[in-house]
Amino acid sequence: MTAVRIPPTLRAEVGGERQVEAHGATVREVLEDLARRYPALEQHLFEDGEVAPFVNVYVGGEDVRTLDGLDTQVNGLPMILLPAMAGGR
Amino acid sequence: MGASTLAPSLLDLVGHTPLVELSRFAPGPVRLYAKLEGQNPTGSIKDRVAKAMIETAEASGELEPGRRLLEPTSGNTGISLALVAKLKGYRLTCVLPENATPERRQLLELYGAEIVESPAEEGSNGAVRLALAMAEADAGWFMPFQYGNAANPRAHYEGTGAEIAEALDRVDVLVAGLGTGGTLMGTGERLRETFPDVLVAAAEPLPGDPVMGLRSLADGYVPPILDVAKLDRKVLVSNEESVAALRELLATEGIFGGVSAGAVVHVARRLARELEDGVVVCVLADAGWKYLSADFWRARDVETSMERTVWW
Repeated sequence: MTAVRIPPTLRAEVGGERQVEAHGATVREVLEDLARRYPALEQHLFEDGEVAPFVNVYVGGEDVRTLDGLDTQVNGLPMILLPAMAGGR
Repeated sequence: MGASTLAPSLLDLVGHTPLVELSRFAPGPVRLYAKLEGQNPTGSIKDRVAKAMIETAEASGELEPGRRLLEPTSGNTGISLALVAKLKGYRLTCVLPENATPERRQLLELYGAEIVESPAEEGSNGAVRLALAMAEADAGWFMPFQYGNAANPRAHYEGTGAEIAEALDRVDVLVAGLGTGGTLMGTGERLRETFPDVLVAAAEPLPGDPVMGLRSLADGYVPPILDVAKLDRKVLVSNEESVAALRELLATEGIFGGVSAGAVVHVARRLARELEDGVVVCVLADAGWKYLSADFWRARDVETSMERTVWW
């Protein structure tokens, strides 16, 4: 069981929850489990079989794009979903 | 240290910042060095970017004398552009979120910039959107646009990165804050030429709920100059972790850094602990002065006091 933090932009799709639990050994499995239970989420999470460009997915605080992408092992670490935001002062 | 510099203008003093070892903050076999970008003329790394963007546009003929400059910025880039604009004779307007700290606004005004506010709840994305719309509507503006300007990473390739490569004979890890991506892309590329195995790591702010707003994901933004594939690590840092590291850096090394500096040294020390030996370099983008008015220095609940702002 993995705790997944949901950003305000996606909470309507998961019934208003700030955090949900999901199953899966890899990021792909966890996100697919979420998409199965909250179908409205799917279009936001995936694009062309990858994580959608404006979504950042973190496992243990690290962006999965710099790990193994959707194949990143979750190992029970908490996950965070965030919208891509402009930084820089 | 060499003889004291005699410079024709403040713009000639941009860059060539010192590296200092953080042996008290991070004792151990791995040596940690901090590049103190707060020592640039207006106090931040953005002096490099502002100077490079304006001089590149002048050289290409894209920016003619008398044009008005426009830039979305929550502070440092605006202040740097204001200095460059003043010395080169341009007028500057900055678009910044209305919740930017008072010091920033005051500094911009003192340097002679005009300010247009974007909604606080839209954060930096809102400032970018508004500035792009203004530039679209009026061709009189020249917008350097740090998020999409190749002169931004190039300033770090030719400056920040080259300076580090010249100062050190070994670099295993580079850590910098992720904002536009300019520092990480440019410095990383230059360091990889000299140290092919260097690991390039980004410290990224974990935004509080209020700044993420309730807008749709389609309003998200990835700066055109940022190529995440060129990062080896991308680590989220909470405001609380940043401030804790900031206080510790001040207590142990006497370095008064900005919020992102706290995040960067936090990540740098964590990555240093993954190594047996070697050299970790971190880039501290600014000093703490422009954050003195912020509540978090005294707040009991640091996270809540900071959640309404993206701090870098």
